[in-house]
Amino acid sequence: MTTTTSEHQHDDHSHDDGHHEHHIPKGIKRWLYTTNHKDIGTLYLWFAFIMFLIGGAMAMVIRAELFQPGLQIVDPNFFNQMTTVHGLIMVFGAVMPAFTGLANWLVPMMIGAPDMALPRMNNWSFWILPFAFLILLSSLFMEGGGPAFGWTFYAPLSTTYSNDTTALFVFSVHIMGASSIMGAINVIVTIFNMRAPGMTWMKMPLFVWTWLITAFLLIAVMPVLAGAVTMVLTDKFFGTSFFDAAGGGDPVMFQHIFWFFGHPEVYIMILPAFGIISQIVPTFSRKPLFGYASMVYATTSIALLSFIVWAHHMFTTGMPVAAEMFFMLATMLISVPTGVKVFNWVATMWRGSISYEVPMLFALAFIVLFTIGGLSGLMLAIVPVDFQYHDTYFVVAHFHYVLVTGAIFSIMAAVYYWLPKWTGKMFDITLAKWHFWCSLVSVNVLFFPMHFVGLAGMPRRIPDYALQFADFNKWISLGGFAFGLSQLIFLALLIKACRKKGEPVSAQVWEGAEGLEWEIPSPAPYHTFETPPVVK
Amino acid sequence: MLSKFGLVLAGLVASPVFAESSAKASQYQLNMTKGVTDISADVYDLHMLMFKICVAIAVVVFGVMFWAMWFHRKSKGAKPAHFHESVKVEIAWTVIPFIILIFMAIPAAKTLIAMEDASEPDLTIIVTGSQWKWHYKYMDDGVEYYSKMATQQDEIHGKLEKGENYLLEVDRPLVIPINKKVRFLITSDDVIHAWWVPDFAVKQDANPGFINDAWANAKEPGIYRGQCAELCGKDHGFMPIVVIAKEQADYDKWITEQKDILAKAKEEEQRLLAMNMTMDEAMATGEKVYLANCAACHMPNGQGLPGVFPALKGSQIATKDQPKHIDVLLNGVAGTAMQAYAKQLSMTDIAAVVTYERNAWGNNTGDLVQAKDINSAINGK
Repeated sequence: MTTTTSEHQHDDHSHDDGHHEHHIPKGIKRWLYTTNHKDIGTLYLWFAFIMFLIGGAMAMVIRAELFQPGLQIVDPNFFNQMTTVHGLIMVFGAVMPAFTGLANWLVPMMIGAPDMALPRMNNWSFWILPFAFLILLSSLFMEGGGPAFGWTFYAPLSTTYSNDTTALFVFSVHIMGASSIMGAINVIVTIFNMRAPGMTWMKMPLFVWTWLITAFLLIAVMPVLAGAVTMVLTDKFFGTSFFDAAGGGDPVMFQHIFWFFGHPEVYIMILPAFGIISQIVPTFSRKPLFGYASMVYATTSIALLSFIVWAHHMFTTGMPVAAEMFFMLATMLISVPTGVKVFNWVATMWRGSISYEVPMLFALAFIVLFTIGGLSGLMLAIVPVDFQYHDTYFVVAHFHYVLVTGAIFSIMAAVYYWLPKWTGKMFDITLAKWHFWCSLVSVNVLFFPMHFVGLAGMPRRIPDYALQFADFNKWISLGGFAFGLSQLIFLALLIKACRKKGEPVSAQVWEGAEGLEWEIPSPAPYHTFETPPVVK
Repeated sequence: MLSKFGLVLAGLVASPVFAESSAKASQYQLNMTKGVTDISADVYDLHMLMFKICVAIAVVVFGVMFWAMWFHRKSKGAKPAHFHESVKVEIAWTVIPFIILIFMAIPAAKTLIAMEDASEPDLTIIVTGSQWKWHYKYMDDGVEYYSKMATQQDEIHGKLEKGENYLLEVDRPLVIPINKKVRFLITSDDVIHAWWVPDFAVKQDANPGFINDAWANAKEPGIYRGQCAELCGKDHGFMPIVVIAKEQADYDKWITEQKDILAKAKEEEQRLLAMNMTMDEAMATGEKVYLANCAACHMPNGQGLPGVFPALKGSQIATKDQPKHIDVLLNGVAGTAMQAYAKQLSMTDIAAVVTYERNAWGNNTGDLVQAKDINSAINGK
């Protein structure tokens, strides 16, 4: 999440690389035309962070309205737009591009490749993203407002009963999908073709492995999402009846199609996180990752199982008992390989020599808080009790534990871990620790009481609530505001890091770090591994 | 992290206490209700079982992790070991969770099969969701009515103090007898809603064009409150459910009363057909009907929500084409959120609300519509 400004590279590499440097345009053109994986990684990461702040601002609106019972700040229609666009932005604008940015920066450096395999497509896949989100965000300012049907856009609320800006929503999701598919193809082609000599499959760092599997998931399900939004578009504007019973369609079919995309999507947002944690925990435990092979197999089984559990989002839609039973058991089964991962991380720490640098703090918080989210996920799999949990704040608590303290904490861990490699300078450790502790405390004040209000019966996606939920909601909102403010510390730290403030770091940066990316100088030169390294 | 642990444990310890106090629970209610049916009690027990297993897993995993974090610290001079693989250990922590899962799945499957068996009901009620109210129809007795939120807009907007059952009160609750297997056939007129009563552990989606079933056998008389649980548009948060469970005798009495009310309403409708309202009467009734049925979308000031719900103020239909205006009210507009009100409102109410819409907010057409005009529109004259 930094700009590798060119002066530094000029100094280091003018001797052997002068020819290349000549062609790097300055200013805006450098970023518009770039085909360099590091530049594109930086663009993705900054874009993701800006989206994280915009989506976060929407969450602040939601929490401000829910601070006390009654309608104070926004009307219900706008509230629904906020919950919808918050979800879309965080999923497609923040978490996914952040992981793609990390893949861009790290995959070539980790496998000893000079760049991504398809650099021009890489540029294209990034530069269509800002337009996708401009289209989505602009709809908020149009007559009738933006999408208000939830990020899951269940028909017929998103078809017959939505407003005309739904067309913009559909178009922007198409663009996001195209971007993701191109990014995924690039990752797969790079990993298959550009590994350095000796970098065999079972020597690849786990971050590379998890991203490879994620990329296959993306290619498998993003077209399904594109199909779903296209059917919504034709149902709404061109008179088809895919999801309309009056024309022979079925609204529940929409949910099957959506969640056939949506559940693998959940793993798209968490598998790279598993990869990141598997890089960081061994470094700061000064001990190799426990059970490397079993980590690879566990990731693969999670990915495969993710295709047969989608209907656990739909237990109340009126499925036959046999189907409910199948999806319950399949879902419970996923907890086995997920558990294996957690056990392996703990075993990696066991009898290590552990130190607590900032990336490790985030990684440890990830392990504990993601596990809490995983355990509530196991509870949600149990159909009879899911009838009580479904569509309540218990679910909201669950998926924010796995996505915020899961996916997003892993992204922050990754940024702190590799930032010195990117900038060549150590980030401001004091600010980083403030960021960590403020985030850790506030995120739990924010999301933990949601379990309680959910169990007590508060439905999700409501702008106003009954009086018995008032006390907890006040705490939740306060936690939310504090968590939002804590991210400004992160912003300050990143700006400082990009201005190249701080102590210079060595190539290895962290005492226990191992891997190809720690063998190249810090900051990583603009072009790395033009001659492939040999991996023993 | 430790404080979170405290919270989890506090939840565990405190849960039975809170479960006792039912509807009017503490402000800080921590846990799911036990409810008032055998199924809801089973669901609660299952929930607690799963919770305890999860807490036990968390204690073991985090216990080992925190042990390592404390005792295997570099700052304490810990030297790293070199082991990084053990097939035996991997097999153990694959098989043991699998066995735990089997023990979770067995009671879950039992409860699931019991709760999904809606056969041989004593009583069947059709529950239909629409934006944003519920309709109940007793299949055996022909009694049917709409049930709408009773909380006033002024309470929501902070102009009036919020009542005890804020957002959880309706004008006409559903009434069922206790100790009877009541089957609910659940469907929708427009978007997907979900009918949820936590005390019955019943949550079932209302899908337009399809019918789902659920059932409850309440053991205790009482008032049980719930809410719509599937995002269904603007007023999703204002679509409560109230069920009153009564002794059989009280229930029978109630049903008889309802039949009387229905019959009287029909007579009254016939009587009113022959009568003419004055403009003032029509405007007063019309405003009441408008605020209760139309204002959620078209807004109290008749200006709608631009791009979402059309304005009535100054609209072509509400100021010029009167037959079309009446037709829209009676039959709705296909492919939009506009519902058909022919079966929801009396002819007098429809006449009054049409009059109101044609004269309020500066529409000033001077048109006065009578119940008999609506009657002739219905009969195609």
